[in-house]
Amino acid sequence: MAGDFLQNALIYLGSAIVCVPLAKKMGIGSVLGYILAGILIGPFVFGFVGHEGEGVMHAAEFGVVMMLFIIGLELSPQSFWKMKNRILGLGGLQMLMSAALLFPVFYFLFPSTVNGSIALALSFAMSSTAIALQTLKERSIEKTDAGQSSFSVLLFQDIAVIPMLAVMPLLAGVSNEEKNISANPFVAFLQTHETITIIVAVVLVFMVSRFLINPFLHYIGRTNLRELFTAAALFIVIGVSWLMTQVGISAALGAFMAGVLLANSEFRHELESDIEPFKGLLLGVFFTAIGSTINFNVLAERPIQIVEAVCVIILLKSLVLFVLGRRYKMNLAQNLLFALLLSQAGEFVFVLLASIQQLRLLEKEWIDFYMAVVTITMILSPVLLFIYEKFFAARLAYSKAEEKKYTVSVDDEHEVIIAGFGHYGSTIGRFLRANNVNATFLDSDTNRVQFLRQMGFEVHYGDATRLELLQAAGAAKAKILISAIDSPAKTIELAEMARKHFPHLKLFLRARNRFDAYDLLEKEFDNVHRESLHSSVYMAVDVLAALGQRKYTLTRKANDFIKHDNLAMKRLAKEKDNLTSYITSIRREIAEQEILLNEDTKFLETANDNAWDNTSLKGDR
Amino acid sequence: MTEKKILILFFHPRYENSFTNKKLIAAASTLNVITIRDMYDIYPDYNIDIKAEQQLLLEHDIIIWQHPFYWYSCPPLMKQWIDLVLEHGWAYGKTGDKLKGKAVMNVFSSGGTFEVYQKNGRNRFTYRELLSPFDQTAHLCGLHYLPPYIVPGANRITQEVLEEYCIRYIEILNFLQSPKMDEQKLATIEYFNDIKFGTWQETFYKTH
Repeated sequence: MAGDFLQNALIYLGSAIVCVPLAKKMGIGSVLGYILAGILIGPFVFGFVGHEGEGVMHAAEFGVVMMLFIIGLELSPQSFWKMKNRILGLGGLQMLMSAALLFPVFYFLFPSTVNGSIALALSFAMSSTAIALQTLKERSIEKTDAGQSSFSVLLFQDIAVIPMLAVMPLLAGVSNEEKNISANPFVAFLQTHETITIIVAVVLVFMVSRFLINPFLHYIGRTNLRELFTAAALFIVIGVSWLMTQVGISAALGAFMAGVLLANSEFRHELESDIEPFKGLLLGVFFTAIGSTINFNVLAERPIQIVEAVCVIILLKSLVLFVLGRRYKMNLAQNLLFALLLSQAGEFVFVLLASIQQLRLLEKEWIDFYMAVVTITMILSPVLLFIYEKFFAARLAYSKAEEKKYTVSVDDEHEVIIAGFGHYGSTIGRFLRANNVNATFLDSDTNRVQFLRQMGFEVHYGDATRLELLQAAGAAKAKILISAIDSPAKTIELAEMARKHFPHLKLFLRARNRFDAYDLLEKEFDNVHRESLHSSVYMAVDVLAALGQRKYTLTRKANDFIKHDNLAMKRLAKEKDNLTSYITSIRREIAEQEILLNEDTKFLETANDNAWDNTSLKGDR
Repeated sequence: MTEKKILILFFHPRYENSFTNKKLIAAASTLNVITIRDMYDIYPDYNIDIKAEQQLLLEHDIIIWQHPFYWYSCPPLMKQWIDLVLEHGWAYGKTGDKLKGKAVMNVFSSGGTFEVYQKNGRNRFTYRELLSPFDQTAHLCGLHYLPPYIVPGANRITQEVLEEYCIRYIEILNFLQSPKMDEQKLATIEYFNDIKFGTWQETFYKTH
């Protein structure tokens, strides 16, 4: 048994190690890589794993739960509230319209009963959270119009799973009565009053996340044992999921809720980084398992019907999404991305199909058939996206702009390239332009690309860390490359690639905070600019001025302080390795602050401002 | 005796537009051992590094303030430099003797000419009279105040004339580097502009 487990683990991991890098290299995304790995090891190609793939898949579904927990962590209740219109409007309409359009397909094209067709139509309206979010993350387009809308729709779907699971038995005409009621009167009460149980469970999760988890994590953090913290993080996620499944809510939704409630906790990043590897691994295994469970026999038996089903589903779903996107005023490029991103059937369909099978709404062979359909739509999803990016994205982002006349001269050889046109990059760009220096921009948001093109900027669409894009932007002839990208990891990636392939480029790098700056300094990049430094020091100047101190003296001190802080940072960057011995990042931050305060006392000793001070003169007479 | 070390502290808030000063700096740069500091480029925020500036002064023998003549004086960063770097107790005062024996001079471009800078002229005062604050600053610090070198009429100067001024500037700098240069004798003339071409240097060499 243990040998079996090791062997299976070896097969899954090995196939992933071989296939995923290849898939990434080919630019088709890691999700497809995992699925391909699954097909290879599955019973129809090499046969390394038999039909136990399904079991593995169910186990690995927990990766989806963890993913939702992490999504929740990144989304505070406030921002969740802000999105409520989109979630309800866009998400609700998507489900209703998709189900309405899909119903006749199942009813007329394939032999199903009315109720069976309704169940299928509702199920297939779901898209794949795992695939879509992974894709958004990988391309860092979460913040774009398409990304945000996709997110809203997926969120609605995830929530909708609960009532859907509740509706299934009604469709099958089975009543819930056959449950055996416990002898214990308390348990029996809970079993018969489900609504109360659910409310109690939700309130419980709310209270625990709000008031208990933080002190609990503080307590764990004090032990200074990293693995214990990881254990605590897993305990929280698994605990919430377990509780939720006990009362009949989807584990994913429970985890998501817990995540949202912990989004404002100081342990957010710690939890995130602890769960992240498990999530990634489980999702990988999940997709591999999907690949390995595809029943190619079904494909051989009903090839035409499968192709029909897949095409019709993808077509109808993307049509609905496209129409909705129009309604929500997305531009063409974003809208197309949105429509394609969510056109597949999702992993929840597997769950719903399982329930349909249990309730005997459909026969086993048709369940197999639809399982294959779901999997194929999932496999096609990265392919569709690949086609979109290769052939449409760039063209669409440019086409509209080309109709307008450029106001700025379009000499192709700009000396400066700016990666990322968010608030940071745009400020740089504006100031450069105010000084008659035109830069070339790189951005992965088609909306912004189009807008900038209309404003007469030279903009290239895409991920700045791709070599071809840098080449297209004229990196070979430019003098300066600025990274104004939000993601610190991307900045490092970009800087390293630029150093390797365009060593003549002078790099100016944005760091969000000290830690990002350390990472960059450690890799021996200079011109690292911390976005948090200047504005905070100058705010302190204004504060002290408001307390009655003289602004000129303060400004002189502020300049000295910034200089001092930059020097201290360079010095500390070299000692940074000493800090990594701290167990948690919170501990590290405290240690770091301690060192900084020490440095500041040195600054105070030397920085006595004697300028224009005449007290020393008085003693001289 | 070794050659004297010259430090040119160049103050110009709008250097990119100053034809005259660009030429003068280019001329000075042809010399071998000389330190030229474009102060507005180094301290765009007026946040002068006092310690670093004092260290530079200690390492050099002759300090040249090169600047445009703005409102009968120097640009503000140069005054800031004087205020901050020449500290009491370091440059002057009972214990302030760090600059003693060194020399300082003004080199500047001026819109006006020697004719307008005199008692009956439009500007009523001579250049030397207007420079007396710098002269006295030097004096207080125990510095020899060398005669200033002026490029007058800088706004309308022709290429050829400026060329001459540049050659003369190099000649002066060369002369100042010489260990034989005698500050006392130099003090007998009002302006470096007054000296005649030819073998003028010998007149100001030390006599042994």
